[in-house]
Amino acid sequence: MAKPKLALYWAASCGGCEIAVLDIHEKILDVASAFDIVFWPVALDFKYDHVRAMEDKSIDLCLFNGAIRNSENLEIAELLRRKSKVLVAFGSCSMEGGIPGLANLTTKDAILKYVYTESPSTVVQNGGVFPQTQTKMPEGGIEIPEMWNTVKALDQVVPVEYYVPGCPPQPNQIWNVVEYILSGKPLPPVGSVLGAGEKTCCDECSRNKKEKKLKHFYRPYEIEPNTEDCLLEQGIVCMGPATRDGCGALCPAAGMPCRGCYGPPPNQLDQGAKMVSAIGSIIDAHEPEEIEKILDQIVDPVGTFYRFSLAHSILRRADKL
Amino acid sequence: MAFEPRIIGFLCNWCSYTGADLAGVSRIKSAPNVRVIRTMCSGRVDPAFILKAFQLGADGVIVMGCHLGDCHYQEGNYKTIRRIPFLKRLIGGFGIDPRRLRLEWVSASEGDRFAKVVNEMTEEMRALGPLKLYVHQESEQAAVHV
Repeated sequence: MAKPKLALYWAASCGGCEIAVLDIHEKILDVASAFDIVFWPVALDFKYDHVRAMEDKSIDLCLFNGAIRNSENLEIAELLRRKSKVLVAFGSCSMEGGIPGLANLTTKDAILKYVYTESPSTVVQNGGVFPQTQTKMPEGGIEIPEMWNTVKALDQVVPVEYYVPGCPPQPNQIWNVVEYILSGKPLPPVGSVLGAGEKTCCDECSRNKKEKKLKHFYRPYEIEPNTEDCLLEQGIVCMGPATRDGCGALCPAAGMPCRGCYGPPPNQLDQGAKMVSAIGSIIDAHEPEEIEKILDQIVDPVGTFYRFSLAHSILRRADKL
Repeated sequence: MAFEPRIIGFLCNWCSYTGADLAGVSRIKSAPNVRVIRTMCSGRVDPAFILKAFQLGADGVIVMGCHLGDCHYQEGNYKTIRRIPFLKRLIGGFGIDPRRLRLEWVSASEGDRFAKVVNEMTEEMRALGPLKLYVHQESEQAAVHV
């Protein structure tokens, strides 16, 4: 009996999700023996034409990581959607836009202008040379994908069956998902989030939680938090209350606040809205001036609360710029 | 056709909604631009509701509650007084003018204050103009890849 076919692809990605897959260590051999890996650009030498030649829905499982921010990302997302039975938005970028999604706070023009004419390390040539989608050379033409203004999550361009959150998804959770699929048990309802829990990061965090009444917020470099108590209670903005669990609360365990990479908790659309609500509940002040002073201590709420989920938030991008 | 602002108003059941009712019963004229949604407490107003209102086409959102100290649930409006200013900063970061979100305390006996606040908000939104957001585009996958 033929082995199920597996594909992995990276769109606007850093490669961390592929590394996380390899971080299941020797279990990768179990994956390779259980699946027929038919496409995995970072690891294997298949080409796009191999995928184009496949029959529709012949790929049993496709783990797609990376956000959609240029024409190639979209083209391959649509191609893999056609060729795959089950398409999984794997990792924070494909699930909710991830770090690339922060480009939605600016524009394509502003980004290109900065990179090619303004950054401290740019050597400006001829008043500014910008990438072109088509360039003619004596040997022939060169094409590169067209970059877009707005970064999108995978399910904002094609329908998706499942989501595996994380930046990257934790290797033990990746193995949990693979093991479940190989077990032959019935698959969960379409739209389910796999490899993660149904509560928030606070639930997994082993720090002591007493009472939250804050008169001051600190940036992580400003104080040395103790190792026992909740970071938020010590005044450090931690995204734990607005983040899905599943990672084992690794960052708070290491003394750094949660950054929210597992995305919003179940049934929540918007991490920013949840954090505004959570922080609003714990500020210990009711005079408007005192409240404003305390809020001033939270620098860049948009970048902090939507660090991973901006592209999939309710408003999705900044508008007036 | 002149621009008529569309404003969503979240009114708490005990004070503001009753105050709005009093304005109506007293036949106090006020602009019809605020669509009222009753919640039990202004502290129940989830910031996600406000963001959703903007996403769905509201030009402005106003949250009304009991005066501090008068909350039917004791402390609900204290949470509101911290959440709404915070949310104004957040929407500012998205390029939405923070004046499009407003918080007012209106008690059950302040029918005229309700009318005054509604009229002020309507005129301010009229001056700011319609709110145009990226998310107002027709459809998700309608080839608007820009």
